[in-house]
Amino acid sequence: MYVAVKGGERAIDNAHKLLADARRGDRTVPELSLDQIDNQLALAVDRVMCEGSLYDRELAALAVKQARGDLIEAIFLLRAYRTTLPRFGASEPLETGNMDIRRRISATFKDLPGGQVLGPTFDYTHRLLDHTLAEQSEIEEPATAPADSTRFKSVAELLAGGGLIEGDDPPAEEVGDLTREPLSFPANRDLRLQNLARGDEGFLLALGYSTQRGFGRTHPFAGEIRYGEIEVEFFAEDAGFAVPLGTIAVTECQMVNQFTGNGTQAPRFTRGYGLVFGQSERKAMAMALVDRALRARELGEETGSPAQDEEFVLSHSDNVQATGFVEHLKLPHYVDFQSELGLLRKLQAEFYADNPQTDTPMQDAAE
Amino acid sequence: MLDVTANTPEFDPAYESQASFRALMDCMARPGDIRSLKGVEAPAPFAPATAALIKSLADYETPLWLDTAFAAEKKVADWIRFHTGAPIVRDPTGAAFALIADAAAMPPLAQFAQGTPEYPDRSTTLLVQIDDFAGTPLTLRGPGIKTTHEFAASPLPADFAARMKDNRALFPRGVDLVLVAGHDIAALPRSVTVMER
Amino acid sequence: MTPDTDSISAKARPEVAKRREALAVLARADSKEIAHGLRQLDDNLAYSEPRPPEIGLVMLRGRIGSRGAPFNAGEATVTRAAVQLSSGETGFGYVLGRDREKARMVALCDALWQVDDRREAIETRVLAPLRQRQKEKNDLARARTAATRVDFFTLVRGED
Repeated sequence: MYVAVKGGERAIDNAHKLLADARRGDRTVPELSLDQIDNQLALAVDRVMCEGSLYDRELAALAVKQARGDLIEAIFLLRAYRTTLPRFGASEPLETGNMDIRRRISATFKDLPGGQVLGPTFDYTHRLLDHTLAEQSEIEEPATAPADSTRFKSVAELLAGGGLIEGDDPPAEEVGDLTREPLSFPANRDLRLQNLARGDEGFLLALGYSTQRGFGRTHPFAGEIRYGEIEVEFFAEDAGFAVPLGTIAVTECQMVNQFTGNGTQAPRFTRGYGLVFGQSERKAMAMALVDRALRARELGEETGSPAQDEEFVLSHSDNVQATGFVEHLKLPHYVDFQSELGLLRKLQAEFYADNPQTDTPMQDAAE
Repeated sequence: MLDVTANTPEFDPAYESQASFRALMDCMARPGDIRSLKGVEAPAPFAPATAALIKSLADYETPLWLDTAFAAEKKVADWIRFHTGAPIVRDPTGAAFALIADAAAMPPLAQFAQGTPEYPDRSTTLLVQIDDFAGTPLTLRGPGIKTTHEFAASPLPADFAARMKDNRALFPRGVDLVLVAGHDIAALPRSVTVMER
Repeated sequence: MTPDTDSISAKARPEVAKRREALAVLARADSKEIAHGLRQLDDNLAYSEPRPPEIGLVMLRGRIGSRGAPFNAGEATVTRAAVQLSSGETGFGYVLGRDREKARMVALCDALWQVDDRREAIETRVLAPLRQRQKEKNDLARARTAATRVDFFTLVRGED
């Protein structure tokens, strides 16, 4: 056993060296810098921060480089790094209403204060591969226009107070934190949103899509999607007031959903909410769809679709947990498997003893 | 205004807290063994080892309960707030740690958080400052002690052995004690049996 | 954490607001820009560090539905420091990211800002240039964003 361990260590060391070589690739090709990744693969960095649940562009860029572009591997790296830092506390709640808008659209209201502002979006590209990007190219200066100071009043604000849309629930005593308490069911909405915010984009996208295809219909409309910079504040005990920490970029999505009502309450629009780091728009939308689906129980709706199954959704949304268990299958299961083999042979012997006419695989081979 | 003059710039968060944690862990594993910490300067009545432990273990999520001696000094509360951000609570059942400078007058152990059947670890850890690891001898027995271990600490409440017996009976719930004399620490976790000679 | 409003008297609040605004400018600034500003001050500054810069995390909280109850949205790296001048003023630096030097410099600026006859220098040598840079950057971003606003009423006129 001792010899086997030594051999394993040497193989692992060499595997790491080979990995580093593969990561670097052709030495005549320039090495990637973190700045290049942060600037030119910004949306990959955004995703890694979002699902890594850690806002730090430089670290996320480093993780993307180290993971050779495997984003779930990068997310794993960021999650691991997170555990090495002490937490000072929680921020003041982010006021997305005060966002310095870089993009803001609404599919429910054509004219709204601030207007429809497209920002840097893929939405209207024709999805034709642009071969000019294969070479270094000159980029045109973006156009400018006078910016007025109209505040981008949110759709939530516009609809509030008219009784047409559900209001906000009062805050609970404590804010749930699944990094401190194991998740148990039923889970409150704050915990569900925390889970979804760091959940795998593909998983949530598929679930959101499923609700649109009828697996738990919610008739969603994109009430508002906004992307931009917001200021973060932290109440510093030593300073004695809420200190500003700087700004972060986030995307927020408000879905306006099917009206619901019961015997005592008039029908009204319901809402789904998504908030993610960076310009992760697809993720914000999927999060809002799934958030709404998970509220089926509390809204008294029929449940039964996967996106409405809280335990199913929240237990499988974390891709680090998921890959941990899936990839653990690569670990030696030699002893387990030997006992499986032994059991199988025994069962087969019993089967063929009871069914002597049946062709055994051995007989086939002989013929 | 927050008085931050009583400060401890020498404490390297990574190395010193590692060392403090390691020493405490070893003391918990071997009840009665005494270990020395480098310690950290803090306002009276903080002993250097108590301050080092609190700086290593307390943060904004670990409420602290202070006995009268600790609570009397505003500098203590300021130091705790600045260096750990830990909230100071009046209700001992809500405390993760209790700081006790007057060991002889310490409150009954039952007044602190005892943990729950699901999470017995969520009880209060008491940091009890004493003068000396000497005095009326006690015998310790239990996990981490091969046969028995002779132990002494003073001052302690007169009924200390009885209190520890009641605490032991609650296992796996119950509180853990860390006794501190200056730079030296020893631990009496809930698993230990304390007997008078 | 609810703010302990007793610790800041009602009279002091406008002061706190101004101090907060100065900290906001510093927090958004580039480390090199702050250093450049500080070098303009011809003092030899003596100070101690009650808290040498340390790196940690702050859990960012969103609001459900954008205006509702708070929820934990994910963490951000934060560096914090405290600096104390020999005259007693304590400055605090809390910044997003992992830049120890930046946190120290912000704390130093915050401490100097609190000294009556030093504030002017901090305002003109450090904060004013930062504010200018940030305004220019923001104005440009807003102008570029504004160019992407859909004007539903533009009619394309043919030749008359």
